[in-house]
Amino acid sequence: MSGGAIAVGFAAGVVAGMLGVGGGILFVPALVLFLDLAQVDAEATSLLAIIPVALVGAANQKRYGNLRLREAIVLGVLAIPGAIGGVAIVNAIPERLTEVLFALLMLYVAWQMTRRALAEPAPEEAA
Amino acid sequence: MPRPDPQLAGGAQRTLRLAVIGTGAGLFSGLFGVGGGTVIVPLLVLWLGYGTREATGTSLAAIVVIAAAAMLTQGAYGNVHVGDGLQVGVPAVAGVLAGTALQQRVDPRAVSLLFAALMVVVAITLLIP
Repeated sequence: MSGGAIAVGFAAGVVAGMLGVGGGILFVPALVLFLDLAQVDAEATSLLAIIPVALVGAANQKRYGNLRLREAIVLGVLAIPGAIGGVAIVNAIPERLTEVLFALLMLYVAWQMTRRALAEPAPEEAA
Repeated sequence: MPRPDPQLAGGAQRTLRLAVIGTGAGLFSGLFGVGGGTVIVPLLVLWLGYGTREATGTSLAAIVVIAAAAMLTQGAYGNVHVGDGLQVGVPAVAGVLAGTALQQRVDPRAVSLLFAALMVVVAITLLIP
């Protein structure tokens, strides 16, 4: 057991609930830094952790009427070949390359979130 | 460029767009161990005329399917550590419930900025060998 992993897991969930994401971008580094998993193993394990979070998040959004279930299923099913291909690629390329690409993805997402946060109207107007 | 009206985009064209978004999201999910929401949310807004909230809700449901497919494939390679996954996944479910409740009280912009800062620190940690 690792207190750090549990704390980051909880934090990832809070962020997922507030922002409507799956939390993988935090699960992967938590698994690498606190539970000493190699990058690819951390990514594989992150996928498992995402499933319950996304399920609960989707159920919540459904209550608010923010879920188009039919198109979500079509989208998910059409994504399966890409997902299998992505896993095959990540298991074939050097792990260090995956680490660097993942870090760049994090920087990109951080930049996107900052831009969006600064462009958003005050929460009273948004609600 | 004007946003396509969801009512105007025909069935076949819509499905084609969903296939393109899905393929991109699937690749992202498999390559990075994420759900693919980074790809899905902006493209649902831009290509299919979704509102932001609708896009995040629909994205989360699609992520369940995508992450399951990628996880099962990774499982075939023997890379999934179930105990470690539960150690972050179970607290995260509690976090989601807390986050949803907090959403009504806390400015999401502040959360976004804090989250962004945290990610920059972690990304730099990962980049240093």
